Amino acid sequence: MNDLPQQLASGLILGAMYGLIAIGYTMVYGIVQLINFAHGEIVMFGAFGGLTAWLLLPQGTALTLALPLMLVMAVGVSVLVGIGAERFAYRPLRNAPRLAPLITAIGLSIMLQQLIWSFYPDAKKARSFPQFSGESVQLLGANVQRGELFLLIAAPICMIALGFFVAKTRTGRAMQATSQDPDTAKLMGINTDRIIVTAFAIGAAFGGVAAIAYGLKYGQIDFKIGFILGLKAFTAAVLGGIGNIYGAMVGGVVLGLAESLATAYIEHIPGMELFGGGAWKNVWAFVLLILVLLVRPQGLLGERVADRA
Amino acid sequence: MRHRSLLIISTAAVAAGSLTLSACGSRGEDSGKSGGETTLTIGLDAPLTGDLSALGQGIKNSADLAVKQANKEKTVEGVKFKLEALDDAAQPSAGQQNANKFVADDKVVGAVGPLNSNVGQSMQKVFDKAKMVEVSPANTAPELTQGVDWRTGKKERPFETYFRICTTDAIQGPYAAQYMYNEKKLKKVYVIDDKKTYGKGLAGTFKSEFEDLGGEVVGTDHVDPKEKDFTAVVNKVAKAKPDFVYYGGEYPAGAPLADQAKKAGLEGPVVGGDALFSAEYVKLAKKNSEGDIASSVGAPLETLDSAKKFVKNYEAAGYKLPYEAYGGYAYDSTWAIIQAVKAVAEKNDGNLPEDMNETREQVVEAMQDVKFDGVSGKVGFDEYGDTTNKQLSLYEVKDGVHKPVKTGTFEED
Repeated sequence: MNDLPQQLASGLILGAMYGLIAIGYTMVYGIVQLINFAHGEIVMFGAFGGLTAWLLLPQGTALTLALPLMLVMAVGVSVLVGIGAERFAYRPLRNAPRLAPLITAIGLSIMLQQLIWSFYPDAKKARSFPQFSGESVQLLGANVQRGELFLLIAAPICMIALGFFVAKTRTGRAMQATSQDPDTAKLMGINTDRIIVTAFAIGAAFGGVAAIAYGLKYGQIDFKIGFILGLKAFTAAVLGGIGNIYGAMVGGVVLGLAESLATAYIEHIPGMELFGGGAWKNVWAFVLLILVLLVRPQGLLGERVADRA
Repeated sequence: MRHRSLLIISTAAVAAGSLTLSACGSRGEDSGKSGGETTLTIGLDAPLTGDLSALGQGIKNSADLAVKQANKEKTVEGVKFKLEALDDAAQPSAGQQNANKFVADDKVVGAVGPLNSNVGQSMQKVFDKAKMVEVSPANTAPELTQGVDWRTGKKERPFETYFRICTTDAIQGPYAAQYMYNEKKLKKVYVIDDKKTYGKGLAGTFKSEFEDLGGEVVGTDHVDPKEKDFTAVVNKVAKAKPDFVYYGGEYPAGAPLADQAKKAGLEGPVVGGDALFSAEYVKLAKKNSEGDIASSVGAPLETLDSAKKFVKNYEAAGYKLPYEAYGGYAYDSTWAIIQAVKAVAEKNDGNLPEDMNETREQVVEAMQDVKFDGVSGKVGFDEYGDTTNKQLSLYEVKDGVHKPVKTGTFEED
């Protein structure tokens, strides 16, 4: 078990990334009860936005200097796509049956993928993403890549900022009110349309940060990364309790740890040799999801809310 | 709890959606005969979208080049060829649909493709029923030509209509195993595959040969090629401290795997088959691809005159995307069909049979005896429909380029 710190660190890092993306699902679901399945693609757009910023900078720019600009660009692109999706794909269907926006989301996600595939230069195959050079860093007995440090720093900052925003600011409180009861919130003078757009924008912004983290961690991005990322993040959101922002992060970390530990250790349990390894990690992650939902249908941190509909 | 049921519906919808993402091709209506000239269609099936689309587009362009060449040189007197390319998105179900489409179209004389062995498996029987020839530039799974029991030595050709230009994993894996054990003197390996027909086959043949030679397999694992996160697996690899890693799979997952494995502490190279032999591999794994080894079928392209001509023509034709790893084989596959049609025309005094079914059947027969100097070397087929060109080459990444380190034929010991 001497590689336990390493597996824990890997799981934590992976989970933090899932968590950042899961915020996008959970924010939107909390406010409009819509699962924005195009969110993975919004993240993917952010990654390509960041890459574009890097390509526009003169060659030889230090990555540390370029990173803020790439971050701004990634978040900017994600937010634009997120707001655009809300305005043109979801708002016209606000009062339609729930399955309609769901199908729209799937259509939108295919469209966004194909847009990058068709029009981004050289994006029919994976494009390489700039990476920090230098050796990995030793942290509490685990090797952490330099690119992954970004995630370890960015994720907590983002979470604290979001927590503060939701609890303390006027818009944040308006958001809570809208989530509890949109009609009454409207009567109290809250512009719910604006709140919904804000929710999409915040989710997309977190997606943009996650996109940069993804690029730095893996060193390559392609037009399909959004699908798996979105699926995993959605799972994380449900696991943590969809609608709860801290739940999204907790769900992400639990999912990341589950994948990492299942790959490493399940096959060492006597009699389970066949069910371990990388091939089974998603199976174990979903077994965990099912177990959690059996005991706590509302997710780890979700609240049991009276259904309105 | 309406929310929960909504979640279930959503998840199901996404799963269903992801399974049916197949693209449709369009088909132009051409009149069969015009002014004494027959137009024959050659079908092409490859992943033109998705993460193997770079390879697929290269296959399509190269086949297109062969068709244009044949029309320009009037290789078959009185016959004009036309290429119809359909996208399989690397999915067996889409490939089978495309095969059915080709078979139903009485202008289609034969088909080139596909790229993926598992897609090939789903298409074979459709073509076989219609007695229509299929030539694959890239399927390397042995069972496609030698039957499921090929491992035990009971070779039996399952489909008379299926041919391929590339060699099989049955010799590609062992060839690399011999090189690593005998010449590189590396004795401990960690074997990883992607669970696909190609990757699993390659890793399996490599592993058994390596063990027969006396090498030690310190661990095996599988990855999901759709994902790019392999941290958990590479941590295990680093802990097992192998001399090198063998990966059965394609470069879109292979490159990040190599990159992540070396970052996690793997000291030796990552070795794999022809699907890692791509400039993209080096571009994606960057400096962590240095020293990695890939086997590929045939002699290095730059050493063959016919290949030089192909490269020159390809560049002159101005295709937007490069021909990639299988371009040369796709050209040869297409050319083999054209040659077979030519043989049929010659047998029937310059005319093709009136009935398309008759033509197709005769093309299959003629294919067995087709021989020419192709881009990939001497093209010809043995009794299983496999290429008679059993040459293999190994390439090592040096200074960011795949450099040939060894060319030869595989000998069983």
